[in-house]
Amino acid sequence: MNLLFELPPLPTLRDTMLIVPELMLTLFACAALVVDIALPRGKKSLTAWFCLVGIGFVALALVQQYTLNADKLPVDAFYQMARIDGLSLVFRGIFLLAAALSIVLSVKYLDVENEQRGEYYALILFATTGMMFMAIGSDLISIYIGLELMALTVYVLVGYLKRNERSNEAAMKYFFMGIFSSAVLLYGMSILYGVTGRTNLGQISEAIAGYTQNGQLQGEGDPRMMLILALVLIGAGLLFKIAAVPFHMWAPDAYEGAPTSVTAFMSVGPKAAAYVLLARVLLFGLGPLRDMEGLPGWSIMLGVVAALTMTVGNIGAVTQENIKRMLAYSSIAQAGYIMLGVLAGTQMGYRGVVFHLVIYTLMNTGAFTVIISLHRKGIIGEKVDDLNGLFAKAPGVAVMMLVFMLSLAGIPTTAGFIGKYFLFGSLIQSGKPWMVYLAVIAVVNTAISFYYYARFIRAMFLNPLKEEAPLTLSQPMRVTMAVSAVLVMLFGIYPQPLIKVADLAAKSISTVYAQASGIASN
Amino acid sequence: MVPLSWYLALSAVLFTLGAVGVFLKRNIISMLLCLELMLNAANLAFIAFSSFFGQVEGQLFVFLVMTVAAAEAGVGLAIVIAVFRNRETLDVDESNLLKL
Repeated sequence: MNLLFELPPLPTLRDTMLIVPELMLTLFACAALVVDIALPRGKKSLTAWFCLVGIGFVALALVQQYTLNADKLPVDAFYQMARIDGLSLVFRGIFLLAAALSIVLSVKYLDVENEQRGEYYALILFATTGMMFMAIGSDLISIYIGLELMALTVYVLVGYLKRNERSNEAAMKYFFMGIFSSAVLLYGMSILYGVTGRTNLGQISEAIAGYTQNGQLQGEGDPRMMLILALVLIGAGLLFKIAAVPFHMWAPDAYEGAPTSVTAFMSVGPKAAAYVLLARVLLFGLGPLRDMEGLPGWSIMLGVVAALTMTVGNIGAVTQENIKRMLAYSSIAQAGYIMLGVLAGTQMGYRGVVFHLVIYTLMNTGAFTVIISLHRKGIIGEKVDDLNGLFAKAPGVAVMMLVFMLSLAGIPTTAGFIGKYFLFGSLIQSGKPWMVYLAVIAVVNTAISFYYYARFIRAMFLNPLKEEAPLTLSQPMRVTMAVSAVLVMLFGIYPQPLIKVADLAAKSISTVYAQASGIASN
Repeated sequence: MVPLSWYLALSAVLFTLGAVGVFLKRNIISMLLCLELMLNAANLAFIAFSSFFGQVEGQLFVFLVMTVAAAEAGVGLAIVIAVFRNRETLDVDESNLLKL
């Protein structure tokens, strides 16, 4: 190993410029810790606004990065460790949106819990940094580090109420299941590295395509069994983060026990981050394994998982009495729908994935804002019955919750319908019989989901008022709710702007995908 | 010279032991140790492949994984302490406020 002579040139300023949004977010997160110490007791919530300003600057940097590089995407940096393309640009925008919404709705919640501390907001920023590195990572090493940075901070956030036994227990369960899954993921990565000798996703894809060129095995031995083993292990690790069945057992517990503001954050941010990883690894790295002759490829495995995820999620939600648990199962079901877009492998499917993830971020944080407003001193406010007569008490909030529920269910004129239209439509468009069956399963599942979303609506509008205590609502929470509700309605009626954004990401996938050999023939 | 397959066999055995241990052990600290064993099994596979190929990528990965594992142990022990303060037991079966 004559390493010293093979060293490539050092990273240049150009490389560093490409990760400026991430660097800025890291600095703001560190600064938030300092600001927290400098602030006197009772003024700690100012850290939240400081973090929001930070997210605003990072968003500006992201937009600038897009305008500077728009015509030369994709751009690689740090020896192909990081890749700036449409996919990573759009997803980083989603993460920033999720982080900003969660910070706004956390302030009041932490006041009620009497746990207002600045490190909470710093942790959210650190988790967002991890997610952003996951989005730009195109090497197993950078992906793993980004994933762990996100996961470790979210474990801490789940256990944030350290005097609350339920929060402790949720953190413990989430931590053990999470580390277990990342160990499985890591072992899968080591096998993948062993078979291909590469850690870069693009080179892995080339190496795998080389083995299976023209349907003939090149060289000695059959590496496909080992590749499938690596695929299953890596897939299990990633599907765990998405909370897909059969790796979903942690989700209802973690969602129920975590502080509600953290539940809102972890049901959107880390989930979207896990999706971008799934898309990266499966489409960019393991693309040639999509369909194999005589052996199951990942498309059929993902199909089975998606069908199970939708069904188990929806049936699980039907019997729940706790709103947070119900929304946990509902988010499992939504994860199943989104998986269909990755599976279809068409431009329309990818567009559906991005579109639905953006809308899901808005409607889920919106719904959680309503739940947070039910949580008052001495009232937990997590049962479906706690919504009783909400319309009589706070008509505006009830109407907005109605919008979120209708959109989650996928009723036309809400944006949730458009997202599902793209996702299910892409399956039917693909023309393969088993994908059409899958679309039928998805539609049946949507029908089941009407039942439990309708329970919320019945409780709010038809059931009599139970107690008179006013809601915990701050002005920023009202604004978040209103903005989310208006956007959900607006994109339901006029989706073109969001479709344009989603297509930016979808195109970056389909161009790479068309080039990769071994798939073009399919 | 020990052949590559021996290292891989050892790594697979360690990984399986760790994975089985996580499900069988009821003590939180033992579970943490089993998880560390799984991570290190993956590390061993990386190092074996790396030296087999004569590359540095795998060894580099292991350095980073070791750092992450240290951070994980830190977070994990913090959570264990928080649980123990409220409950005075390290048995996971007694953590049953949230129904599975």
